[in-house]
Amino acid sequence: MNKQAAISRRDFFARVGQGAALAATGGLVWSYLLGQQAQATPYAIRPPGALAEAGFNASCIKCGQCVDACPYDTLKLATADSGIPIGTPYFIPRETPCYMCEDIPCVPVCPTGALDHALDDIDDSRMGLAVIDIENCLSWQGLRCEICFRECPLQGRAISIEHHPRRISKHAMFVPLVHSDACTGCGICEKACPTQKAAIRVLQADLVQGEIGDHYRLGWTIDSPITQDFKAAPDSAAGSAAATGLDYLNEGAP
Amino acid sequence: MTSPGKPLKTGPNGRPVRPFVMPASLGGKLYVWHLLLMRRAVQLGVLLLFVGTVRWGWELAGRPVLTGNLSSSELFGLVPLADPFATLQIMMTGHLPLQELLLGAVIILVFYALLGGRSWCSWVCPINMVTDLSAWLRRRLNISDMFHLSRNIRYTVLALALVLSVLTGVAAFEWISPISMLHRELIYGIGLGWTAVLGIFLFDLFILRNGWCGHLCPLGAFYALLGRLAQVRVGFDAPSCTHCGECARLCPEPQVLNLKEAAAAGMIASGECSNCGRCISVCPEDTLQFRLRYLIEPPNHSETTEPRQRRAA
Repeated sequence: MNKQAAISRRDFFARVGQGAALAATGGLVWSYLLGQQAQATPYAIRPPGALAEAGFNASCIKCGQCVDACPYDTLKLATADSGIPIGTPYFIPRETPCYMCEDIPCVPVCPTGALDHALDDIDDSRMGLAVIDIENCLSWQGLRCEICFRECPLQGRAISIEHHPRRISKHAMFVPLVHSDACTGCGICEKACPTQKAAIRVLQADLVQGEIGDHYRLGWTIDSPITQDFKAAPDSAAGSAAATGLDYLNEGAP
Repeated sequence: MTSPGKPLKTGPNGRPVRPFVMPASLGGKLYVWHLLLMRRAVQLGVLLLFVGTVRWGWELAGRPVLTGNLSSSELFGLVPLADPFATLQIMMTGHLPLQELLLGAVIILVFYALLGGRSWCSWVCPINMVTDLSAWLRRRLNISDMFHLSRNIRYTVLALALVLSVLTGVAAFEWISPISMLHRELIYGIGLGWTAVLGIFLFDLFILRNGWCGHLCPLGAFYALLGRLAQVRVGFDAPSCTHCGECARLCPEPQVLNLKEAAAAGMIASGECSNCGRCISVCPEDTLQFRLRYLIEPPNHSETTEPRQRRAA
């Protein structure tokens, strides 16, 4: 190995190292920028049919065709200063909610499938979940407001009114309750709420919804496995014993 | 430019070297500028079609003219169009886009493969107007580069965009692209995207000549690779060239004007040529003209290809 070759090899490795270092530092800064933007996503209320955030972020090409298709100008594309990943579609319910068009014009124009074309009933969309701040909700103060309930496109299903009867020195209350199994997150309630800052707000369900978990079994719910076990029980030996016990306790009852 | 006492400088073809002289008449000027004016008309026209459709509801025979933006759009509510590089990044994240997007990307790929790869950069991309302004001011103010950067770095950025799309699960360049930011915000409402554009303007003006389009932009790199297949090219008629160098003074990618290679190929073959036509406008000998690659025969055509054909047969 002569000296000339050794130097040029060293030179070669140094150049490879420089190139790799440039790519690595550039890549790290770049991926930091991407990460910063992706962190903002939980605060975006997406159009109907949007895939879950990771899938949506991966597939949205930021073309704005859903924005063009929206007849109410509800949807916007995020600008660099909106605090939402740049270029992705979102809406601010307090300004303009989703009016839940039956033909869902924003979804079929999506070229990438970031808005799922399988969505054929707007009632099945899950843009977010309405959450009530009961400290500021007029109905919870005992006033007969119930505007959110009356404005809700899925009245009685997504928002119902629960009657809390009058008690001594306490006003009767008719309070709105949101049901996550029906609420689409359209935000019409948030738009309609008469308080200075909306006391009912749409957020991504992940941000506000808890989860009971498998380790709690609600024995009194009809579809709980435990209840079903008990119902199946009368056929077994243990079951008939339980049945006998019941009969015994009920003896003499009309 | 030559003083009367000295003999005229002559090019390798024996003809005198004449500098480019801007015609005094308006008609002459317009002729020199005609490709530039056409490029601005196409750039602004495309932008106007998008804005008109979104903001003012332009329709033709009841169909929206051009919905969406340069990332993905639909022509007359019928023909899907899509940025092939953005589509590729989305596919790298592991999401398979709908066929509509793939079809749109193929249509655009074929279009630019025919019209010359980086024709996109010079004729459609809105950033081009910004960087052209930088380059023009830079020539007037005679500002020198702050440092040297390899023009091949764009291919590293291109590779990085694809790798990061895999690693981060988002289309890496689309999420920071100043091109899309400018275009989107012009169509859908202004935000702070102009700051990124200002950054490019200042970078190109004071730091590095043709810094963004000629060194860094991965989309340009993508189209440069596609441009190797390009059918519309700047043809080079070697016998008429006096090596005056006017073309290279204006060219935003001067490395593509390798006259030896151009003479051998009969055209500017490099994919990095963006078909902007500045060289065509200033060439005093009309050596450079738009040509179809299909119609260009290399000057030593028979000598170079025949033996190879015989061997293959």
